[in-house]
Amino acid sequence: MTTVKKLWICIGVLALLSPFGLLIPALFGAGGAWGEWSLEEIKKSIGYLPEGMKRLGHLWGSPMKDYAVPGQPGSPARKGLGYMLSAFLGVGFTACLAYLLARALGRKNK
Amino acid sequence: MHIPDGYLGPATYGTMFGLTVPFWAFASWKMNKTLKARQAPHLALGAAFSFVIMMFNIPLPGGTTGHATGTTLIAILLGPWAAVIAVSTALIIQALLFGDGGITAVGANCFNMAVVGGLVGYGVYRLVSAGSDRLSKRRLIAGAIAAYVGLNASALLTAIELGIQPILERSTSGQPLYAPYPLSVTIPAMASGHLFLFGFVEAALTVLVLKYFQKNEPGML
Repeated sequence: MTTVKKLWICIGVLALLSPFGLLIPALFGAGGAWGEWSLEEIKKSIGYLPEGMKRLGHLWGSPMKDYAVPGQPGSPARKGLGYMLSAFLGVGFTACLAYLLARALGRKNK
Repeated sequence: MHIPDGYLGPATYGTMFGLTVPFWAFASWKMNKTLKARQAPHLALGAAFSFVIMMFNIPLPGGTTGHATGTTLIAILLGPWAAVIAVSTALIIQALLFGDGGITAVGANCFNMAVVGGLVGYGVYRLVSAGSDRLSKRRLIAGAIAAYVGLNASALLTAIELGIQPILERSTSGQPLYAPYPLSVTIPAMASGHLFLFGFVEAALTVLVLKYFQKNEPGML
């Protein structure tokens, strides 16, 4: 098996294991990352919502916000599955985009 | 470390785009000169690796979470400019599809994690590993130190960008318009997690993969 193939299998295994990246923090009672709060969380912790945040906060509606399937009810198992699906989709999109970029940039070099 | 929309004012996110675009342009030019078509799958692998490794959130018990980025590792294996492109690609997909990091903050997030993370990590690696054999222990130690320093450089920059918002952007009544916490809060908060935990995770990950390559694929080093 070629190295590249082996490494793709490793990436696949990482994507399969990705729900641990969601479930383990929950187990330790850890919230999200510092400085990545939702607007509601900001309002709760400082008592108001800064004007600019209100204006820019919802600028972009991502189809799978927070690596979750939209409208999905929140049992941990389902969240984990949604997270895993996001991992595979994200890996796919990222790899395709990077591949196309690399092909476009390096096309004249043999 | 992914700054969302609404945290940075236009002056900051505009400046960060302005800083990042020349690095993207130079990285593209560099790849245009050096990248061979058959290496495209390597870049795709690097970008995919960065994407998936950032999904492994590591908890500070009772507190917040952080994650490795894989940037230094990719810079060591594929070169710093390939790392800039690969990690930027992952960050852009994260922002567009998953709302992880804002659209207005793409410039800032790519500058922090891809450009600075990659160049600082690669620079430290070259410095510490200078003159050593590619299969030596020193290469592994260099990788560990580089990954630790690279990730912490990214975290510190993020903290600074967030922390200067209350200085730069205030409403007429003096309320912060964007990210509300001053530098005296953002720097300790971001630095502590990365200095004490996430930096070591990034270092361990880098050593693990480098060791795998030394043992099984020395030709790719």
